[in-house]
Amino acid sequence: MFDLGKFLAFTIPGLFSGAAYAIAASGLVLTYSTTRVFNIAHGAFGMVFSFFFWDFSVRQGINEWLSLALVVLVVAPAVGWAIQRFIARGLGEGPVSVSLVVTVGLLVGCIGFATQVYKPEARTVPPFFADSKPIEIGEASVTYHQLITILASVAVAAGLYVLLNRTRIGTAMRASVDNPDLLKLFGGKPDQVAALAWAIGMSLAALGGILLVSVVGLDYYALTLLVVNAYAAAMLGRLKSLPLTFAGGMGLGLLSSYAVGYLPTDGVLSKVGGIVPALFLFVVMIAMPQAQLRIGQVKGMVSAPLPSFEKAAGSGLGLLVLTALLAGAFSEANLLLVGTAATYAMVMLSLVLLTGYGGHVSLAQFTFAGVGALAYAKLDQPNLVGLVLAGLVAAGVGALVALPVLRLTGLYLALATLAFANIMDKLVFQDERAFGFNGALTAERLSLLGLDISTTGKYVVVMVLFFVVMGWGLLALRRGSLGRILIAMRDSPAACGTLGLDMRWFRVGLFAMSAGIAGVAGGLFAGLRGTIGASDFQFFNSLPLLLLAVVFGVTSVSGALLGGVGLMLLNNNPDLAPIIFVIIGFGAVLLAKDPNGLANQLFRVGRLLADRFGPRIMASLPALPSSGRADGLDPTAGSASRDDDSLVDVTGDTSAAPGRGPDVEEVATHVAPRG
Amino acid sequence: MSLLEVDHVVVQFGGVTAVNEACFTAEEGRVTGLIGPNGAGKTTCFNVISGLQKPTRGKVRFDGRNVSSMPVHRRSKRGIGRTFQRLEAFGSLTVRENVRVAHDIAQGVLGLVRPSKGDVDALLERVGITAYADERADSIPTGTARLLELARCLAGDPKLLLLDEPSSGLDETETDVFGDLLKELAAEGRAILMVEHDMDLVMSVCDEIHVLDFGSVIASGGPQLVRNDPAVQKAYLGYSDLDDDVHHGASGSSAEQTHVDLPAVEQTQQVPMVPTSGEARP
Repeated sequence: MFDLGKFLAFTIPGLFSGAAYAIAASGLVLTYSTTRVFNIAHGAFGMVFSFFFWDFSVRQGINEWLSLALVVLVVAPAVGWAIQRFIARGLGEGPVSVSLVVTVGLLVGCIGFATQVYKPEARTVPPFFADSKPIEIGEASVTYHQLITILASVAVAAGLYVLLNRTRIGTAMRASVDNPDLLKLFGGKPDQVAALAWAIGMSLAALGGILLVSVVGLDYYALTLLVVNAYAAAMLGRLKSLPLTFAGGMGLGLLSSYAVGYLPTDGVLSKVGGIVPALFLFVVMIAMPQAQLRIGQVKGMVSAPLPSFEKAAGSGLGLLVLTALLAGAFSEANLLLVGTAATYAMVMLSLVLLTGYGGHVSLAQFTFAGVGALAYAKLDQPNLVGLVLAGLVAAGVGALVALPVLRLTGLYLALATLAFANIMDKLVFQDERAFGFNGALTAERLSLLGLDISTTGKYVVVMVLFFVVMGWGLLALRRGSLGRILIAMRDSPAACGTLGLDMRWFRVGLFAMSAGIAGVAGGLFAGLRGTIGASDFQFFNSLPLLLLAVVFGVTSVSGALLGGVGLMLLNNNPDLAPIIFVIIGFGAVLLAKDPNGLANQLFRVGRLLADRFGPRIMASLPALPSSGRADGLDPTAGSASRDDDSLVDVTGDTSAAPGRGPDVEEVATHVAPRG
Repeated sequence: MSLLEVDHVVVQFGGVTAVNEACFTAEEGRVTGLIGPNGAGKTTCFNVISGLQKPTRGKVRFDGRNVSSMPVHRRSKRGIGRTFQRLEAFGSLTVRENVRVAHDIAQGVLGLVRPSKGDVDALLERVGITAYADERADSIPTGTARLLELARCLAGDPKLLLLDEPSSGLDETETDVFGDLLKELAAEGRAILMVEHDMDLVMSVCDEIHVLDFGSVIASGGPQLVRNDPAVQKAYLGYSDLDDDVHHGASGSSAEQTHVDLPAVEQTQQVPMVPTSGEARP
């Protein structure tokens, strides 16, 4: 029989959280639709503003309403304005991957800021009207906090409607959606409009966060991740329609609440309640109509120079020797950190293939690593076969994800992978048959060709060996016809289609291969740690992974290596975190100049130094055998094509080196200036 | 039967009708021109034929088969190749690599059948861009990039070549050479359908011309006939050179029939519909 009391008891909290989602989501939509920047950090800002609210109202004892007004009406808009002014300006016109990475950077920055300023301790934020008695409706009750949240959402909806439809600036905002340049021609000020949109967006993020915080709790991650719900709501309106966004928010709140109330309390279905938003997001994405192939201009991306075979071989072997030396000198704890860095570096290699070469953004790479680790632990085959199988399982899962989201590109693809990662995290990894909630699996270190490599030192060297071999593999692929086709697909999908390439299967293959690399990394990581759990592969970790990979250089193997070390330091060394954040900020600024990241910058500096001081060193040394001059120190080789002010630096090491005929045309790709 | 038949194709973008009941054909061994003022719907027609744009209504038949719902890459495999008005060269690859990629894709067995470097270089030689072979494609002049797109397209040995303003960016001498190349390609048995604004080139190489205006074909026929068509002259107000100097050997062997497809919708046309009579041969 239908139980009205129970129904109401779940409807009211559903409406409450739905209202809060709707408020936050409408801020996201407003910002995106006026500036074309999808702010992944929307929830993270809500989190930071909630901490501010706690600071004002609880720590400093300011009246809660005054605190609310201070945060929502003063601090949040000011932050929004500043972000538009100094960071997000012009971002919307660039490629999606850039704006995505910048907002991921903001997200990581928000969490870094919050953890630095508000050290972990127990904090509670009381609801509004905490002392008033709830209103009874039959067997259910509505608290005043819930009531004002629902009313606030209605007020926000009405306010936005009036703003967009009844005011001049609102009309300008709507015009800015279609064509900011045209708006400028007609005397509008797109920058002002964008600043207003960011200010309002941040206000709404703050309001949504503060209204939810008394229920969710003041936590760095819980509030940040609530944004997935807001994404899902916003996606129902295709990031454009505010009414649909509101409907999406309310619907999600109710669905999540009913899922908790009516689904069985044990078994797989019991977990569904927590992932309703992610499922919703994934389903909405799959149902999106296919974007037509865009026809545009010649888009050449600046690719990092490909190292010569000799150089790649030399650096790889050098890295191995260095690791072997470190293995003898380091303590067990430090060796584990080196192994972790190698794992991250390998997962970043998977991004070099997918993002650096292929141009697709995935926010699920750690999940693929988790699949690999899970498979490796479950197979219990501590040898090369077990590891390869783990990689293949991860590749299979990667292909399965790629299939439904094949038609998506850019932002939508990234969000779909994020939703998938969230689902895997909650539904699969935490399942008792997998890692289990707070559970762990044990994994043995693999033996390689009968050699004993069970000591941590030897094992870490083997991990680095895998990194080096996979790095060589990627470079070989990039040189070959597959690599050329990948670049061609990134530059012009339309042309590839008209030349007869079925890009669907290519994309599936690319995803699978990338997931496979991450899976091997996960398997090796499982062996390194011995015990692993779901928390090692939380989907959230894929965000800083992408950020560091891009900042350090997602187009090069050396970028992956540096990024892996950077991420390890960021995660495991709180003292170094501020320095890493400075490097990230610095790298992000440089990205605008050179999308190949810090690794490429380092090489540039190295080459400049070599060019400047090389001749003097050469001159001061007694006559060197001429073979030593072919490896990049030859000053004439470098300067031959350096007279243009190109962004792509010249690979002096190969372009003019004598006796390297067959590869000259490969190298020439990177010699020409950007058009 | 013609190699390509565009049959009453309609393309609407929201309330705008870009292509309106367009019907035209392209024959093997001949160069067919598709001309018309800016915004007449020429590029949209190309997008429909190559599969980048789904028509609202109408059919595209190629080689005797309805390809209207076939995806882009399968049409390409069947022999439809195209170049782009707004260039779509692979900017981060060199000119030679661009053609190599096309060759690799055409081979089908990726990475296994290595195109001999000779094949690729021969194509570059044929369109006359060997000097640029090792330059990055986003750094070469526009005209060269168009030739590169042609070379890339030829790597797949298409039966039908759709060329979207191939000569813009070329100087006069280069255009002459290019015109000869087009005739040569047609003589090999390919059908060439070309959108072009250079009327001298169109009149000198095209065997048949279709004139589009406001998405409809307002005239079809040999160069001579199309030039003298009053509707065309109206649509092309300002192209006064259409009337004067006679072009050498343009319509010598061609121009059999002129059929003017009168569009059903007339309200948007500023050009009065002047149906020209059926006979064409002088």
